[in-house]
Amino acid sequence: MIWIIGKREFAAMFTAPLAWVILAVVQVIIGYMFLANLDSFFLLQPQLQQLENTPGVTDIVVTPLMQVAAIIMLMVMPLLTMRSIAEEKRNRSLTLLISSPVSMTEIVLGKFLGLMLFVLVLVGMLMLMPLSLFLGTAPDAGKLLSIFLGMLLLLGAFSAIGLYLSSLTENQTIAAVGTFGVLLMLWIIDWLSGSVSQGESLLAYLSLLHHHQSMLEGVFNSSDIAYYLLLIVGFLGLTIRQLDRERLL
Amino acid sequence: MTEALIRVENLSRYYQNHCAVKQLSFNLDAGEVLGFLGPNGAGKSTTMQVISGNLAPSEGEVSIAGHDIIEAPREAKRHLGYLPENPPLYRDASVDEYLGYCARLRRIPKPQVAAALRKVKAQCGLETSGARLIGNLSKGYQQRVGIAQAIIHDPPVVILDEPTVGLDPIQIREIRELIRSLGSERSVILSTHILSEVQATCDRVQIIRAGELIYNASTAALNQGHEVSYRVALRQPVRLEELSALAGVDHAEALDDGRFRLVFAIDATPDALVERAAKQQWGLRELVPEQQSLEELFIELTRHEEIEAS
Repeated sequence: MIWIIGKREFAAMFTAPLAWVILAVVQVIIGYMFLANLDSFFLLQPQLQQLENTPGVTDIVVTPLMQVAAIIMLMVMPLLTMRSIAEEKRNRSLTLLISSPVSMTEIVLGKFLGLMLFVLVLVGMLMLMPLSLFLGTAPDAGKLLSIFLGMLLLLGAFSAIGLYLSSLTENQTIAAVGTFGVLLMLWIIDWLSGSVSQGESLLAYLSLLHHHQSMLEGVFNSSDIAYYLLLIVGFLGLTIRQLDRERLL
Repeated sequence: MTEALIRVENLSRYYQNHCAVKQLSFNLDAGEVLGFLGPNGAGKSTTMQVISGNLAPSEGEVSIAGHDIIEAPREAKRHLGYLPENPPLYRDASVDEYLGYCARLRRIPKPQVAAALRKVKAQCGLETSGARLIGNLSKGYQQRVGIAQAIIHDPPVVILDEPTVGLDPIQIREIRELIRSLGSERSVILSTHILSEVQATCDRVQIIRAGELIYNASTAALNQGHEVSYRVALRQPVRLEELSALAGVDHAEALDDGRFRLVFAIDATPDALVERAAKQQWGLRELVPEQQSLEELFIELTRHEEIEAS
């Protein structure tokens, strides 16, 4: 049942031009940056050869690329998630799902699955660029895998947060702005950790950026994964609760 | 004893402090079509939303085919088809895509989806619109898709909230026939403002006002009426008292155009009148039964309540 809803959500995204435009824009921008990073790698190459313990092509080209990609996705994901529930509320079409023999949990998980399928396509297309490095050199496959999974988890968390904000309102714009605000806040929350002595570790722990950074460097830490999974499960839970609560109002 | 397909017990529903539905109870058996009538804001749609699980009841219980809508929502909803006031359509999907998705949501196994689609499209007159986008269909056709969505999985209970809104007279007649054919083995609840529709399609009528059930009777009983009145025209002048004194006549009144209205007691027939008229050569030339129409009843009941309320 989750799969049926997810598939329909995924297909519906591509009936509107938004998904295509997002894929195209992101691909062009990241592609351009990939080229620029590659270029600077060639400039640095002679100096790198003299260093001991040199950073590889993955560290110099792919890691910074994905850092930028993450920030771009911070702006793009709210546009993808905003419609998922808010639009159905406005069109009164949520009734279809609610009066079908599916539970609220299945509905929310189905919506989340639809978003994740899109994320998979998006990240998959982005990963084609680092993978093309295999044609000329030998990037670190383990690191690439860590980066891929890191992106999936990060965007999964973005999706869950966006889904929740979308369930709070009928207005897609409000959902998008709200999601963007929450994501940005979580992104920069550790900026204060330098000046707040006591809450330092807490603020750093809450930061999306902080956890993403280590994965980009190839460190696959279980606490980072737990952080993302908690975030995803938590916000999906809130979404289910919100939709259930609306039946009582 | 078979259990009623829909059982509603002491259902109440509040929006904050406003009470939309108050202590509503009724049952519906298989093969019955129930007409739900009431002025705007009487709580018709709220009741239907609660029965379909879209709103939680504040108090009371609803069960569908023996499954409680709160405790066993999945089982209950499996037996339910619901068309809300605003058909829940995806405007950017084609009719086939949309109905196929609905079929899968209602747990029709994949191999049977195509057959279910064909059948429901034939029932709702959508054979030729399969490939069209729902957003481009006219209001009437969108309404048909909405009805198709509600009956695609062959549910024993069908709830239709104003199904004939926006349809042209021919379509209305087709939809009525469809509802009648659904009602032969299913339970159907139908809400509408169109009173003649209820008389044409329903077995039972319920009128609610301000959230309370104020009338509940079969349409057959309604058509028989409590007391029957006849409009009578006579060629010869006859005194009113003579008419009132006839056997079975409850009371009589003179109408402006020289005719009379005779109101007979329950179960009485105008035999005495005809006999007397023939014997005394009154020249009976008109004897028209005046049935109490649903509309009169509706207005009488709802207005009565208004007076009481004020």
